[in-house]
Amino acid sequence: MTTLLTGVRPPRGFTGNAWTRFAARRLARLLISVWVLVTAAFLMIHLIPGDPVRVALGPTASPELVEARRAALGLDQPLWLQYVHYLGGLFSGDTGTSVGTGLPVSEVIADRLPATLELAGYAFLIAVVVSVPVGVGMAVLTRRGRRRKTELAFTSTSVVLGAVPEFLLAVGLVYVFGVQLGWVPVAGRSGLGSYVLPVLALAVGPAAVLARLLRVETLSVLEADYIRTARAKRLPDRIVYFRHALPNALTATITVGGLLLSAMVAGTVLVENVFAWPGLGTTIVESIIAKDYPLVQGIVLVYGTAVLLVNLAVDVALALLDPRSTIKES
Amino acid sequence: MTSPAKSTWAGVLRTPVGAGAAGLLAAVLLLAVLAPLLWSDQASAVDTGRILEGPSGEHWMGTDGLGRDIFFRVLVATGLSVGLALLATAVGVGAGLLLGTAPMLLGRRAGRLVTAVVNIAVAFPGLLLALFFAVVFGVGATGAVLAIGFALAPAFARLAQTLVAKVAGLDYVAAARIAGLGRLRLLVRHVLPNIAEPLVVNATIAAGAALLTFSGLSFLGLGVQAPLYDWGRLLGDGLSSLYVHPAAALAPGTAVVVAGLAFNLFGEAIAKGIGMRTTPVLLRPRVRSAPAARPAVTGEQEPVLAVDDLRVAFPGSTPVRGVSFALRRGEAVGIVGESGSGKTLTALALAQLIEEPGEVSADRLDFLGRPLLDLPARERRHLLGTSFAMVFQDPMTSFNPTQRIGRQLAEVSEQHDGLTRGQALDRAVDRLQAVRVPAAARRAKQFPHEFSGGMRQRAMIGMGMMGAPALIVADEPTTALDVTVQRQVLRLLDSVRTADDVALLLISHDITVVRQFCERVLVMYAGRIVEDLPAADLPARARHPYTRALLAAVPDMSTDRERPLAVIPGRPVDPADVPRGCAFAARCPLADEQCTSADPPLVPDEDGRRVACWHADAVTGLPLVAEEVRVGE
Repeated sequence: MTTLLTGVRPPRGFTGNAWTRFAARRLARLLISVWVLVTAAFLMIHLIPGDPVRVALGPTASPELVEARRAALGLDQPLWLQYVHYLGGLFSGDTGTSVGTGLPVSEVIADRLPATLELAGYAFLIAVVVSVPVGVGMAVLTRRGRRRKTELAFTSTSVVLGAVPEFLLAVGLVYVFGVQLGWVPVAGRSGLGSYVLPVLALAVGPAAVLARLLRVETLSVLEADYIRTARAKRLPDRIVYFRHALPNALTATITVGGLLLSAMVAGTVLVENVFAWPGLGTTIVESIIAKDYPLVQGIVLVYGTAVLLVNLAVDVALALLDPRSTIKES
Repeated sequence: MTSPAKSTWAGVLRTPVGAGAAGLLAAVLLLAVLAPLLWSDQASAVDTGRILEGPSGEHWMGTDGLGRDIFFRVLVATGLSVGLALLATAVGVGAGLLLGTAPMLLGRRAGRLVTAVVNIAVAFPGLLLALFFAVVFGVGATGAVLAIGFALAPAFARLAQTLVAKVAGLDYVAAARIAGLGRLRLLVRHVLPNIAEPLVVNATIAAGAALLTFSGLSFLGLGVQAPLYDWGRLLGDGLSSLYVHPAAALAPGTAVVVAGLAFNLFGEAIAKGIGMRTTPVLLRPRVRSAPAARPAVTGEQEPVLAVDDLRVAFPGSTPVRGVSFALRRGEAVGIVGESGSGKTLTALALAQLIEEPGEVSADRLDFLGRPLLDLPARERRHLLGTSFAMVFQDPMTSFNPTQRIGRQLAEVSEQHDGLTRGQALDRAVDRLQAVRVPAAARRAKQFPHEFSGGMRQRAMIGMGMMGAPALIVADEPTTALDVTVQRQVLRLLDSVRTADDVALLLISHDITVVRQFCERVLVMYAGRIVEDLPAADLPARARHPYTRALLAAVPDMSTDRERPLAVIPGRPVDPADVPRGCAFAARCPLADEQCTSADPPLVPDEDGRRVACWHADAVTGLPLVAEEVRVGE
């Protein structure tokens, strides 16, 4: 092993080398992905069949107006120059101007982003906090074919809850808790009560999927030799399950959890529109319909970057949790 | 499709979930075709006199803002919702197949570029991709079909890549390539038919996802535009009047969920049918046979371990059928036998590590003079945690891969001796030193994968020494190790035993190892001890035919290497089906009628040696017998 040969003291179980290589590799991948994302956002407007300005202004606009708008947006320049300007603008923090409102895109995003982040953040937190104890608990309770009925009830409930798309769940929640029971407000973002339904609508599906996955993963981990070792050490069950089983069951869970979190970023678009939530999701739909392309571009960049950051976080978490994968890859 | 695949699909239809999903899916598809033909007129009939009415006899689910019947509108919308979703799926599968097979068709370099782009695109959630393409293709049904299709494409490209890579490596594809078949024909003729099944299954599931995404886009106003309508559109229109008229939103919402589930469940059911074809194993209870002979536990000193008629039962079988023996302080006893003879289960039963549905029973199971089976859980845990050490077979898998070695040792003392984290870690380093792990302080901070196999097994022994062990049970401790390391580990166990007067129970299938490191040998066959004798008596004074066969099967320096290796004829007994009489009779050259009718008891002789054989006295004179079988037969 490298540590033995070089005598380097390994920080946190890694050889210093492996960590550096992991960071470099992962950073390179992130940069390439960001570049692809930015290029895609740039090309998006140019891929639109016909003239985007003509499309945006409608068939009745005068040719002079179209030309003026084209010039204002820089669309009369050669494509490569537009690309250079676009990249240059991004580096200096200039993401263009919203056609509809005349405000800088970055300002609109800064105004709307916190509401969306809050929604996704709380929803993910709740999904994790609920699914981990439920998943591990169900695994322990239904080990080796015990409690067949509980298992059946759990599996079918979680399958159904995991399959209902968030915006339909949102409509259902609005109907039950807003219309029928009148417990919580069903639109807007004002006060704690208004968070309940949107967060629930986003959290229930991922929580169900994660709990089901954690049960399956924990079941297989509980059969592992090192769990038998932990039992042979006569550790209390609580330590066996949460210290020895859970971290090993998390690998697949974090991978899937990352996918769910990315999907949740997209899911906020629908849920925000159900609840008239003043976030990026309502803004992007409005701007797509209004053909406010600079704003759409900006928001697509934000969503895309969020997904890339989630993926990065997943990879780092996996590397910390399972040092073998880092070593193996390098 | 070939016939086994067909029978799988038929088999899926026979399961309740599969049949239900198939029926539901058929109903959805039928409705999608028929509803627009039958009820389009009713669905679009405007009745301004009856705007936003609740359910009535005439309008089951009430009417919408123009007085149109919601029930019929939901039924008719099936056509567009399902049709467009299928269209989008077709676009997605087509585009995905093109991208996925690009590496094969375009050659290496262009293929790699496509793969890289697919790998990046696949990281983004489908809805986000769909929104992106919705901007490009414009708002409306056509745009949404293309958007969702292209959003599905990366996932299918990835799937196709994986599948193609798997198939492309197969012999006959290579043969076809060598035969000079063109890339495209190779793909169409030989590769695609072989990946069709998983593609179809995934397309079915993807169709469900497309249906949900499509209704999402339409709901947002980016999909189907008025006057056309699908479920998403109806839902979006109905949401605004949810307070007045909930059915207008709930009915299309329910329709989306049901149709989406139909595609999903059907796809999952087929996938499950293809993936795991399991037949239920019929378990039958077994009658307990007569108890085995009692051991002759003699000796002045109180034994570390005293076992009397130990049994381990699982539903349908009893793999350990009455094992009795005792261990003194500092004594080394070996258990030998073929795999399946019950050695490991005996060890796990002694350690109280048999889990449900396994059951352990014994007339007596005393450890350090205390009855393990009757001890309160707390006391038992403390007693075993401090005095009973286990060493398992595979050191590679017996350590928790996510925790540092030192931590894994230390937690024993934290738990049972109430040491602090720091003190426990110090003791762990001390014990690692004791088992000759070099640079123990540094090593303690490492993870298991940074240890070699032999070092891990030594660390495992060190873990057993964290308390003050009176007994070490080592279950095949060297089987997974290199031959050179095996000796080291065995010597370490031996030195721990002699230094601290610890009893050692060494389980092995290797009778030579046991002969060298143990004073006494227990031979197990089919869940029972068939012979118990001093190691020094081997090989000459072994009396059981099975013991002698085991010895004969061991090659040594005098073995003629020109001749084939000796093996024991026949197969080990299946614990679920133990024959009447002596379990070894079917493989024994001495077996007669008595052997097949009655099980011989384990009888001690005047020296305390025990054997369970009707012909024990006849055996010693015979040469060591084992059949000769050519290797590879």
